Amino acid sequence: MILIKNVRLVDAAGERGPADVLIGEGRVLSLEGGKAQRVVDGTGCFLAPGFLDLHAHLREPGEEVKEDLASGLLAAVRGGYTDVVSMPNTKPPVDTPEAVRALREKAAALGLARLHPAAALTLGQEGRHLAPAGLLQEAGAVLLTDDGRTNEDASLLALGLVQAAPLGLPVAVHAEDASLRRGGVMNDGLLADRLGLPGNPPEAEAARIARDLEVLRYALRRSPARPHLHVQHLSTRRGLELIREAKRQGLPVTAEATPHHLTLTEEAWASLDPLFKVAPPLRSKEDQEALLEGLLDGTLDAIATDHAPHTQAEKEMDLLRAPFGIPSLEVAFPLLYTELHLKRGLPLPRLVELFTDGPRRVLGLTPLRLEVGAEASLVLLSPKERPVDPKAFASKARFSPWAGWVLGGWPVLTLVEGRVVYEALK
Amino acid sequence: MRHLLDFQGWSRAQVESLLDTARVMREVLERPVKKVPALQGFTVATVFFEPSTRTRISFELAARRMSADVVSFAAATSSLQKGESYKDTLLTLEAMGVDAYVIRADAAGVPHQATRWVKGAIINGGDGRRAHPTQALLDAYTLLEALGGLEGKKVAIVGDILHSRVARSNAELLSLLGAEVVCAGPPSLLPQALPGARLTPSLEEALEEADAVMVLRLQKERMEAGLIHLEDYIARYQVTAKRLKRAKPQAPLLHPGPMNRDVELEGTLADSERSLVNRQVQNGVAVRMAVLYHLLVGREGA
Repeated sequence: MILIKNVRLVDAAGERGPADVLIGEGRVLSLEGGKAQRVVDGTGCFLAPGFLDLHAHLREPGEEVKEDLASGLLAAVRGGYTDVVSMPNTKPPVDTPEAVRALREKAAALGLARLHPAAALTLGQEGRHLAPAGLLQEAGAVLLTDDGRTNEDASLLALGLVQAAPLGLPVAVHAEDASLRRGGVMNDGLLADRLGLPGNPPEAEAARIARDLEVLRYALRRSPARPHLHVQHLSTRRGLELIREAKRQGLPVTAEATPHHLTLTEEAWASLDPLFKVAPPLRSKEDQEALLEGLLDGTLDAIATDHAPHTQAEKEMDLLRAPFGIPSLEVAFPLLYTELHLKRGLPLPRLVELFTDGPRRVLGLTPLRLEVGAEASLVLLSPKERPVDPKAFASKARFSPWAGWVLGGWPVLTLVEGRVVYEALK
Repeated sequence: MRHLLDFQGWSRAQVESLLDTARVMREVLERPVKKVPALQGFTVATVFFEPSTRTRISFELAARRMSADVVSFAAATSSLQKGESYKDTLLTLEAMGVDAYVIRADAAGVPHQATRWVKGAIINGGDGRRAHPTQALLDAYTLLEALGGLEGKKVAIVGDILHSRVARSNAELLSLLGAEVVCAGPPSLLPQALPGARLTPSLEEALEEADAVMVLRLQKERMEAGLIHLEDYIARYQVTAKRLKRAKPQAPLLHPGPMNRDVELEGTLADSERSLVNRQVQNGVAVRMAVLYHLLVGREGA
């Protein structure tokens, strides 16, 4: 039994308290205190439901030098995540029920955040043959995606959506027209021209979203069940407008945005540092403002990290060869708490919703509320500020574009089903 | 200035002081014994991650003419797929006591990255499509020799502007020195904007009343990528004697080399009196001597 005393409660429904939260048997037993073996003083802190990340690259199996389940899931609980969806673009890709089971078993044994593997939409993520969606789902896959390998074959994507629909599995897409992008490494525009770097036009995202929404319409027409398309890491104003319009028309589409697209712009490239190289690329200020609007009006359903660890040496390659990706599981919430809630006024319950119920809805899970009887997968957040120190990351990737940024809202206690999996209390 | 990466943050006075030094170095090169002891005891490394002959030899000669020790590292890009190779190569050279590094790479930003890794002076020997500052300096020097001054002079830069580090650095530098820079090329090979330059798809417009014309090399890979059609390019963008009539009489012709004769430039023009191509190469050594001198011993305002 743990008692968290005098803590404010925040979930998607709102902010209230202070309360004395009694936790036992994996559940919230009382909001009015009680006897416990351990008492935590929550004065000044917020208690929220545990976060769910829809989009993390944990690199196991095959690239454990970048990250593995142990380091990745420890990074997750330090970031307040109790649940993580791992991307299947490992080596080999996760495209068999055995691979899904192996990941889940190994993660369960670690006793950190709970792992929910995403599986490949097509065998080997090669875009030629559909992977066995039914068997993958039975093994525990929660989402199908070829992620960075974009689905060139529209017909196969339609079949994938139709196949996944009765299983309740969303199909997630990295929306980018590869032929429009060509070899682009940064946002196409004046700055790319000035730096002489190949640009990735925002239209490459919009063009593919437009196509995928038509594919979704086709799948809807051909499927007795309702297919669900999830658009990953939205980065452009135009892409957002397309999703907004599709949602208005009632299409079953959801979308996520990343902490980096919400806090950084292409201007960061002026430093010529591969640290800022991500896919899709950091966009313009205007695109970023549009994403903020999308968070407020519900066009965006979730904040997903796209946590993409690499080795230091890889990230020190040149701008053309360095890999795309930023590790962000450990900083996502403090970053957006500080930059979006404190500085831009995004209401705290909405921010928490984007880390909890929003991503849960994408996966068809029930919302989480801080009430008696609720599952005690929780995170205690402290408003106390401190700078980002990548050297202290649990992730093997110890670089960060936010190094030195002073942030509040750090997780100080994370519980999964009532069990403490991370604590940074004095 | 500790490094020469591009011309951001450079003042006109700094550039002019550098070019004054180049003038002194030019005189050294005309002596029977073309050597001074200015950089005795210094070690200069040319680190070329992208193949190059002209620029590398020019830098090495420049360093030797000033009695520096020179080491040279050249690697085919293909053998350098791992980024640590860049960093490790430089750290190794630093451990051996190198004072200045001339770095060329096919990716923008490598010389900037290098400033975070080693303590010595970094000279950008060409990074991707972004900058080639010593080429721009030698072009400016050559133009100053030919025109007497750059203030208010119109310089046309013609060809594949989008992919050209020479165009970018020249636009930056020549405009800093008071010239009007107009860049012309096929629409598929023009950027949206270039600081310091006006862009136009019209070769004729760029050449009109130009005081000097700089022709860029048309790279074969642009044709292979389907960005242009060779015959169409030749028909519409080749700098010919006839088209050059729009420019001021005797306006000099520059080309960073190597040239595709009868592609971007009518072959006979390359050998005409208006061509300053060989002068550019000669001035290149003097300008690079001046750069090495400024970074290693001059350090004015550093």
